[in-house]
Amino acid sequence: MTTPTRTTRAPAPTSAGAPATGRAPGTALRRTALYATLVALALVFLLPLVWMVITSLKTYTGAQQIPPTWLPDPISGYGYEQILNNAANPVLRWFANSMLAATAHALLVLATASMAAYALARMRFRGRGVLFALIVGTLFIPPTSLIIPNFLIVDELNWIDTLSVVIVPGAASAFGVFFLRQFFLSLPRELEEAAVLDGANQWQIFWKVVLPLSRPALATLAVLSFLTNWNDFLWPIFVLFSPETLTLPPGLGLLQGSYVTDYPVIMAGAVLASVPVLILFVLAQRHIIQGVSRSGLKG
Amino acid sequence: MADVIEAGAARDGAPPPAADAARRGALARRAGRATPYLFLAPYLLLFGVFGLLPILLGLWLSVHQWDFQLPNRPFVGLDNYQELFSSDSAVYGDWWQSVRATAIFTVFAVPLLVVVPLGLALLLNRSFPGRTFFRAIYFAPYVLGVAVIGLLWRFLLDANLGLVNRLAGMVGLPADTPWVTDVPWAWVSLVGVTVWWTSGFNAVIYLAGLQDIPQELYEAAKVDGASAWERFRHVTLPGLRPVLLFVITTTVLASANVFGQSFLITQGAPGTETRTVVWFIVEEGLRDNDAGRAAAMSIVFALMLAVVSIANFRLFRYRED
Repeated sequence: MTTPTRTTRAPAPTSAGAPATGRAPGTALRRTALYATLVALALVFLLPLVWMVITSLKTYTGAQQIPPTWLPDPISGYGYEQILNNAANPVLRWFANSMLAATAHALLVLATASMAAYALARMRFRGRGVLFALIVGTLFIPPTSLIIPNFLIVDELNWIDTLSVVIVPGAASAFGVFFLRQFFLSLPRELEEAAVLDGANQWQIFWKVVLPLSRPALATLAVLSFLTNWNDFLWPIFVLFSPETLTLPPGLGLLQGSYVTDYPVIMAGAVLASVPVLILFVLAQRHIIQGVSRSGLKG
Repeated sequence: MADVIEAGAARDGAPPPAADAARRGALARRAGRATPYLFLAPYLLLFGVFGLLPILLGLWLSVHQWDFQLPNRPFVGLDNYQELFSSDSAVYGDWWQSVRATAIFTVFAVPLLVVVPLGLALLLNRSFPGRTFFRAIYFAPYVLGVAVIGLLWRFLLDANLGLVNRLAGMVGLPADTPWVTDVPWAWVSLVGVTVWWTSGFNAVIYLAGLQDIPQELYEAAKVDGASAWERFRHVTLPGLRPVLLFVITTTVLASANVFGQSFLITQGAPGTETRTVVWFIVEEGLRDNDAGRAAAMSIVFALMLAVVSIANFRLFRYRED
């Protein structure tokens, strides 16, 4: 894996998996063109995010200037003060709700999907094939087409406007079961056989052998589940409505309603909603990207 | 956990008498037979209530007149479906308007979301220092939620205060384009934002596919004097076929389910021109209280997507021959 800091040395010509390029004369020119393209694209991808941060640090009038200014002058905490001190829009509460919901959701997915996936990968029992086909089959049903019946079900459970409604229903993750089952199938059976000889029961094998060996897959699923839940918008805007129970995505919508054109405030809220997932992404970047490509190709 | 280990240890401790052992054996076998179901139970509870039940309930709702505010929810057969297809019903115009909006978005977004990420992946598949860094940057917007990117782009695309028109002005283009309030600009905005937001995701999937194409094929093609374009056309593209099928299928499904972008960025404008199917369904079911009709729409919509996906698979298998 190439590191971003190693910019002075040309890469080894035999770098795995990449078409050999630029060994011919004219290399320097081609390299410059390559980096120019890369940097230009990076600007396209990053500038909007940078603009979000810049705007969040402007004053109300600073953000209203036409044409817009590139830098906040003066740098102002106005946007952040507004969202943190307004009792009608308890943004910190939404932040805590989102954190709690996404964490609980990820743990619930991990616990239920890993146990089910273990049974499906490693045990023989009647109905296994049918069950697995059913679970995989639901992957092909667009979740949005089940939103109305799901609403009636959570209504029946009296979960509307409680955090349960954003933690539990989405945790019935067919993707999680499928993804972990594929991973468990790839683990060597010998380790389990050795554990059986040592007198371990299925639960002990699962807990002490299979789960520790599956940390990368579990981490990937945890991060993806957390991200999905943290960012979910369509479901919460219909099942949460009290200011105290909102999560950040529907909360941001409310914020936009109350501060119609007060962009520093709205952008401060957007920054607050972005920071945890961007940090998580930076920390788990390699796992997320590998997890995405693996789940994409084999699932 | 500790109990389980101790129980196990106790059982191993002293060998029980023969008759006892036989009974224990039978018990263990029975426990053994229950084990898979015990492991599955927590998931199956969730899956049953929030995965399977909604499917059955959806079918049930779709043949009833299901108004939240009414005590009676009479069986109406296929009326809810018929309404969607008969031009004199009250819902017909709005429903097909939303189908049209979704189709316009999908038709323009999918080709871009297939081609642009492929370009990114080819670029990032070269070996150069900083590859991982750039890969992360292009992927970064994808980890943000639609609520954030929606608010952000609503602001960036604002005709007066927005950065997009400012930059357009700087390079001599019109600086007053109504990006979010008029067509075709609203469509350009919705598609453009989605390409910006999700290209990194498809690029990563392409990258994984590119790694799987044997290097020897490229070298053989080079020896045969194939140009870069010919190598792309005859080695890369065929090698990516399964990945392309995956990318196209998932991108069509994701695009057809578009909701947040139009809800937040164009807010359906102008009029209800950019109001999509998913938006219309939840509005019908949860705001206008007609869960039966909304369920029928959901089922028709899911069937439309199934047809598109099957056609997609067919097309690709045909081309493989």
